[in-house]
Amino acid sequence: MSATVNVMEHAVPPESKLRALLRRLRSGDEVAHVLTLTFAASILLITGLLVRELWVTSHLSRAKFGWMFLWTSTWDPIFDNFGALPFIYGTMVTSVLALLIAVPVGLASAIFLSELAPRKISNSLSFLIDLLAAVPSVIYGLLGVFIVVPLMREKIGPMLIATIGQVPGIGKFFQPPNYGVGFFTAGIVLAIMIVPFIISVSREVLITVPREQREAALALGATRWEATWKVVVPWARPGIMGSVFLALARALGETMAVTMVIGNDPKIAASLLAPGYTIAAVIANEFTEATGDLYLSSLIELGLVLFLMTFILNGLARVLIIATERGGGHSA
Amino acid sequence: MRKSLLVVSLVLCLAVVIAAQGGGVLLTGAGATFPNPMYSKWFDVYHTLHSNIEINYQSIGSGGGIRQVLAGTVDFGASDGPMNDDQIKEFKQKRGVDILHFPTVLGADVPTYNVAGITTDLNFTQKALVAVFLGSIRKWNDPEITGPNPGVKFPDSDILVVHRSDGSGTTYVWTDFLAKASGEWKSKVGTGTSVNWPVGLGGKGNEGVAGLVKQTPNSLGYVELVYAIQNKMPYGQVQNADGKFVKADLASVTAAAAEASKNMPDDFRVSITNALGATAYPVSSFTWLLIPSQFSDPAKRDAIKDFLKWMLADGQNYTEALSYARLPKPVIAKEEQAISRIK
Repeated sequence: MSATVNVMEHAVPPESKLRALLRRLRSGDEVAHVLTLTFAASILLITGLLVRELWVTSHLSRAKFGWMFLWTSTWDPIFDNFGALPFIYGTMVTSVLALLIAVPVGLASAIFLSELAPRKISNSLSFLIDLLAAVPSVIYGLLGVFIVVPLMREKIGPMLIATIGQVPGIGKFFQPPNYGVGFFTAGIVLAIMIVPFIISVSREVLITVPREQREAALALGATRWEATWKVVVPWARPGIMGSVFLALARALGETMAVTMVIGNDPKIAASLLAPGYTIAAVIANEFTEATGDLYLSSLIELGLVLFLMTFILNGLARVLIIATERGGGHSA
Repeated sequence: MRKSLLVVSLVLCLAVVIAAQGGGVLLTGAGATFPNPMYSKWFDVYHTLHSNIEINYQSIGSGGGIRQVLAGTVDFGASDGPMNDDQIKEFKQKRGVDILHFPTVLGADVPTYNVAGITTDLNFTQKALVAVFLGSIRKWNDPEITGPNPGVKFPDSDILVVHRSDGSGTTYVWTDFLAKASGEWKSKVGTGTSVNWPVGLGGKGNEGVAGLVKQTPNSLGYVELVYAIQNKMPYGQVQNADGKFVKADLASVTAAAAEASKNMPDDFRVSITNALGATAYPVSSFTWLLIPSQFSDPAKRDAIKDFLKWMLADGQNYTEALSYARLPKPVIAKEEQAISRIK
């Protein structure tokens, strides 16, 4: 609405210009322009309002703790002492674990579906994968509670402790106690949740790589795999990275499935089998019952931290792409 | 807060529209989830008795209930823990009237556990529960645990403590009991709907705690009595202030309230954990309705007063069917007098 008014204001009075504008309005171009601009601007506006709201309502907490909020580990609603470090740590660790598991699996599946599988199988499987992406996260949480957690406690956990846990150095990441719930379990459940995103988007991108690219590679004597790995995948890399961002964003903000399997204990432990906590989970858990003003304000500041983390991680990932593109010499 | 505010106001708008069509009185409330089944039943039955009065209740949590009634978005609030002095002062400043507490029913927390080979009801001393939740007792075969359970063979395994991860009235009652049982708990951890737990894992909701305990060997957690009864979960007996081991049931919870109500303060803000009396179950609590002392709309005022009268008389007969403990008679008598404070 207001954007329409602006366009009118910018139009200088003379009759002919007005008539031209009216003509363009009638043809639909101007309407489409204004409408799309309004919707695009509204996204920026919503983001701006979100940040402002988080910033203003977290005022009490920011004033009291300052930067220490990010570096201290106590979360005590009774004595009004709040530090975000264990939650930041838990969010990072679970998301990174999820990506480490999900990216290779998802990319391999996408390559298989787009390059190797018969078209019929590829299409029907992709349909199923898109369905998986739409499953509500609480269902993945239940899957975690009833299948992944017991499996971790009785089989995978003890096995990891007995094998990798004995290796000097990386062994410290797999130490008892192993309750079945913890960073690693949350990472696995998150990975299961985000794999469909990576497969679905990456497959679409891989399919759109022009035939000529493959044919040229094959004509130069490349094997089928070489053509796929050295030509098709690099061509599709920006799209694949996009799918990874989408997956990362979902992993960072996931609440329900994580809180059901992570153990909800705000501690920083080297062992990935230890229980932990994430930002999204603690907000969901404590927000409804939080009564003190400082307590509420601290929970909101956690929301702000999560927002900024998503922002920074996405920015870093983008920088990474640009850097690797230069280094690799590919231009997509 | 914004979100719950939005939800409440949406519900309010909707409810106002509906009520306007009927020409009746609509009361809105929000708060504690623990008594929600009881309140739903009461408001439903009361509406069938008085078709012109409708009471709409949103179970958004005790903290939310207190915030909403402070903000004036609802006619009354509900909470599992009483409002503290600061909140009462804030209410007086913001709204210009007092906030009154009315106990409605009683609830209790019970310790639940999963220890290989143990099927009997275990006895827990107060000292044992405090030490386990502080992390100073770590093994099931600690003498403090084995002592009151002769004939039970305990494993030499670590105890896995399970607590609520979400803010909850259940946690408020449990930590209130631990704080009364131990000065160390009081100074180190304190009482609240969420606390800084020294040890243990968090489960979301009663079902989250129950799920973790059922799944994980050698675990010990706490759940609401109602939840334990309805899900037929085994639970232990807790030593009360008289030194007796008492199994939580509706009678022993009411007994705790009866004992505590002998010196009930006028504002009904009383903790009945660790009450005296041989039959009193020590981890019990009232749950309260939070009602402003003045209503600008006389129809609403009369409706809430009439509802309170009914709830204290006939309403109490619905408690047992839903596994809530009824209020003791002296408390009811005192509350009936307090209704006249609503102007």
